[in-house]
Formats: sequence, C-alpha cells, structure tokens
Amino acid sequence: MARLKKNTLVLLAAGAALLICAVLSLLIGAVRIPPTELWQSLTQRDSAAGQILLHVRLPRLFAAALAGAALAVSGVLIQTVLQNPLASPGIIGVNAGAGLGAALFLAFLPGAVLLLPVAAFAGALASVLAVCALARRVNASRITLVLSGVAISALFTAGVNTIAVTHTNIMGALRDFQNGGFAGISAGAVATAAPLILLGLLPALLFAGELDVLGLGEESAASLGLNVRFYRLFFLTLAAVLAGAAVSFAGLLGFVGLMVPHMARRLLSGGKNGQRRKAPPNAESENNDLSKTCRRSKNALAEFGGGKRTLIALSALMGAAFLLLCDTIARTVFAPHELPTGILIAYLGVPFFLWLLFRERRKRRD
Amino acid sequence: MIEVKKLCGGYGGVRVLRGVSLTLEDGQLTAIIGPNGCGKSTLLRLCCGQLSPQRGEVWADGRPLGGLTRKETAQSISLLPQSRAVPDITAGALALHGRFPWLGYPRVCRAEDRAAAEQAMRRVGIWEKRGSLLARLSGGERQKAYLAMLLAQDTQNVLLDEPTVYLDIAHQLELFALLKNLAREGKCVAAVEHDLGLALDNADRVILLGEGGVLFSGTPQELIDSGAIAHAFGVELTRGDGYRFSSC
Repeated sequence: MARLKKNTLVLLAAGAALLICAVLSLLIGAVRIPPTELWQSLTQRDSAAGQILLHVRLPRLFAAALAGAALAVSGVLIQTVLQNPLASPGIIGVNAGAGLGAALFLAFLPGAVLLLPVAAFAGALASVLAVCALARRVNASRITLVLSGVAISALFTAGVNTIAVTHTNIMGALRDFQNGGFAGISAGAVATAAPLILLGLLPALLFAGELDVLGLGEESAASLGLNVRFYRLFFLTLAAVLAGAAVSFAGLLGFVGLMVPHMARRLLSGGKNGQRRKAPPNAESENNDLSKTCRRSKNALAEFGGGKRTLIALSALMGAAFLLLCDTIARTVFAPHELPTGILIAYLGVPFFLWLLFRERRKRRD
Repeated sequence: MIEVKKLCGGYGGVRVLRGVSLTLEDGQLTAIIGPNGCGKSTLLRLCCGQLSPQRGEVWADGRPLGGLTRKETAQSISLLPQSRAVPDITAGALALHGRFPWLGYPRVCRAEDRAAAEQAMRRVGIWEKRGSLLARLSGGERQKAYLAMLLAQDTQNVLLDEPTVYLDIAHQLELFALLKNLAREGKCVAAVEHDLGLALDNADRVILLGEGGVLFSGTPQELIDSGAIAHAFGVELTRGDGYRFSSC
C-alpha cells in the first residue's frame, strides 16, 4: 500500500506542478496579467487581456502541454522497446524524420494543413523503422543504435535544409520549425494534432502490461507468450504517432523525450539507492496463511503493468509541465526578444545527455 | 513432456540441427551438453516455439506446438534464456512477470498470481530482495530473480539455457538441487549446461549434441562408458573422487 500511495502522491505532485506551470504560462509574457485578474480576463473575452489569453496564451499553453506529454511518452516507449536508456525521439532521428515529412508537406502540399500531422507521423515512422532495421541488421549495441540515429537524423536534417534552399517561400517557416517552439502557434494547428496525440497516449496506457513484458528483452518476452514482433512495431508506431503529431506544430524539440522519462523513473524508483521497500525482518514466520501471504506480497509485487502505466502517466504530466515551464522562460528571459523553446531545451538537454552517456559507460565498467 | 521429431532448424539459410529426434521426459532432469555452436540453444528455442522448425515438429504434452497459441505455449513451456536484460524494475516485479501467460486483459494480477510469485521467490531464496531494483542486485541474485519468474510461470515443461552462469559453486549446487526437486515433482526439466561435471553429477539423463544431431542420449554413467565425450569435445574423461578432463 505504501508503494501505491507513494506513486499516487508523485502523480498528484506532478499534476500540481503542471497546474502551476500552466497558470504561470498564462500570467507571464510580454504583457503581464496579475493573478487576481486571470479569471476575469478569461471570462471577459473582449478585453485586451482576454484577447491575449484566448488567441495567444491558451493555444500556446495547450500546444506546449500536449507536445511535452507526447514527446515524453514517445521517449518512454522508444527507450523500453529498444532497451536503450540513451534513445529518444530526438536522439534516434524520429523528430528529424517527422521534420522532413512536415517540410516535404509544406513544400509540395501547402494547402492541406489538416494532413500536416499525418505527414510528420509518416516521416517519424520511416525514421524509427530505418533505425530499428539498421540496429537489428548489425546486432547493434546501445551506442551503435544512437550513432545510427545521429546519422539518420543528419540525413533527414539535410533533406529539410535542401527543401529550405529550394523553396525560399517557406524558408522562414522551416527555420522556426528547426529551432522548435510555440511562437505564433494557432489553435487550429494544435486542434489538428491533438486527436493523434490522444490516439497515441491511450493505447500506451492500456497496453502498459505488454510494454512491461517487452522491457524484459526479446527472448524472455517471447517465452512469456508475447508476440514480440507485433508489439515492438505497435509501440514504435505509437511513439512515431506521438512524436510526429508533436513535431507537426512544435517543430524539432529535442531532448524532452530523453530527459523527462529519466527524471520520472528517478522519482518513481526512489532515487539513487534503488531499494524500494525494506523487507520485513522476519518474513518467513507467517508463511502458512494464503490470504495473509497475498496481502503482504501485494506491496512489493504491485508493479506488474502498473510500473509502466505509472511511468507513462507521470512522464506525460512531467513532460507537459517541463515544456510549459521552458516555454514560459524562453519567452521572458530575453524579453522583448523571444528565444525559441527548442534552443533553451538544447542548453539543458546536451549536458543531460552527456551525463547519461558517461553514466552508461561507468555502469558498463562496473 | 516434449517430443522432438526429425527436427531441422537454424537461422536464415543456415541449418544448425539436422533431423533431431528426442524426448524430454516428465519427472526427469535432462542436461543438454555439446561443444560451442552445436545447436543447444537453438534446440531449446525450437522446443518452446521461439524458432520455427525448418522441418519436423515439436510436441508438448501430447499436443503439436504448431497448433498452440503463444499463450498456450507459454502456459506449457517456460524458458530461461541465455541473455537476460536488466530492466528498471524490482526483483518482485520481475517474478510477477512470470504470471503474464495466465492473465487476461487488462493484465491485472489476482491474489493467486501474487501468491505464486511469492512462493517462487521464497523457493529460490530471493524473497528478501523483492523490493530491490534488479540493477542493484549481484549477478547471482539477478539470476535467482529470473528463476523466480520462471517458477512463477508454473509450466509443466521448464527449459533453461545455461542457468549456472553468474553463479558461484554453492549457488550452482543449490540451483541443481532445485531443478532436481522440480523434476521429482513430475515436471519435465531440461538445462543446457557447459559444466560437464555438474551435468554428469546431477542430471537423470544427458543428451549430447554435435554434428547437427544427437550424438548420445542416456544416463550420465552410460555417457561416460560410451566414450562419446572424447569424440565430441576432444577431451579424455577420468573419474576418481570427481571428474577430470584432459586433452586427448
């Protein structure tokens, strides 16, 4: 029960953090809105503050929250399926694939805006499948997989740059797209991608048990009766749906899918020590009563399926809060200039990635 | 019981096993031995349906494996694979994963599933570490956690691929005592083992693989008497207080 309570508390705390970040993102900006006037401004839409909230900050809030949740959950799925803590939609080139899909779409089918998330999804899926095929072909190590992603990412980014050069009319849009951020986001773009994000999030939560088993590795999962090939493709497709939908309106936001799942795991595992629950000193003494046994073991064994489900839910909440906070900082830190959110995240993400890389090397040496 | 009939199998175009026929009996601990690359792990993977046979068939408890669903196969045969991941979960959660084939959707564990996982953990001696992350356990403790998962799966047929890896000698003996007990309970237990001494000392039956097929199948004493070990491994086996191996 203690474990369940702790998970619930962590989820509630993440929810509260998201709420605080959401309120801050509504209040802070080029025009500051006093907290006492927030509700009044939201209800009086004709006022200047009401217009700002309705047409600028609310779409931006939903965009950042949805993109953060989608990219973070995409990261959880990719890291679990590939069994690689260094993997994420940004690192293995899924974001770049989505970016190329979106850039091709903007260049050649600029009218059909509703289909932009679908094009980004197609690019993301192509990228994730290419990396997986490469990794399987050469029986890749974790580092090889990351390097394959870097190579594919570079290729797709070159593709985006080529389109930017040959289609000068969308060069500005593509530059913003590559930087990643929420400046000038429209409610329509968010509304188009939101169903896709929900379509990715719900199955990820519903099939968390299968994801748990997949995390044991191919052979163990298969011996437990899981259709490994199907579920691997299923979860990677979900990851591509989530990353593609987020990239379609937020641009190339790297590192969210890497950092947030790690932070969430750390919160759930109780930090560095990893001893989640101290065993009772004399666990052998009351071994005969089945009902007692079940009650007692429930605490330590409460994590099957629920482990990944909690991780997915927490990552979604934390991802949303993280991007909201980053976006709020990015648009105020150099005011009146606005720093693209993707640049701020890169400043945070690169040191994090290096820390993770060296931690992995240390682990292997141990 | 697992029956293998004229089985051919391998990877891609490479045929590792060519026309293997054998039976892994209930109530027996069978050790599968053979030189590196002779197809021991391939045989186990074919026996539990992870690899499709190129020819021939596998029957589990009187039913052809090809006619079983993945779930039915996992309820009948469990496999401890050679390579084992270290996911970011506790030993207790890992043991509970063994109940996966027995769970309906949405994979919610019942009281009996938790009881089975607890019993399995107590049996392999990892219960006290149930709350520890796998990454924080020693290699031997991690191995025990995987064994607990295997026992929690509660199958009639238990296959293990090099189960003594990471274990010191005391734990190796403990493991084989556990496997013998499982066999005494009527289960069909088969383990790929590289330590010939351990295999000969503990198994009820030994299957020696080599040259794409079964070179020998019989009791450990029959294997020693046959001289097949010298043929397969190129080493001479002498028996005094224990086993001694020397190059031919």
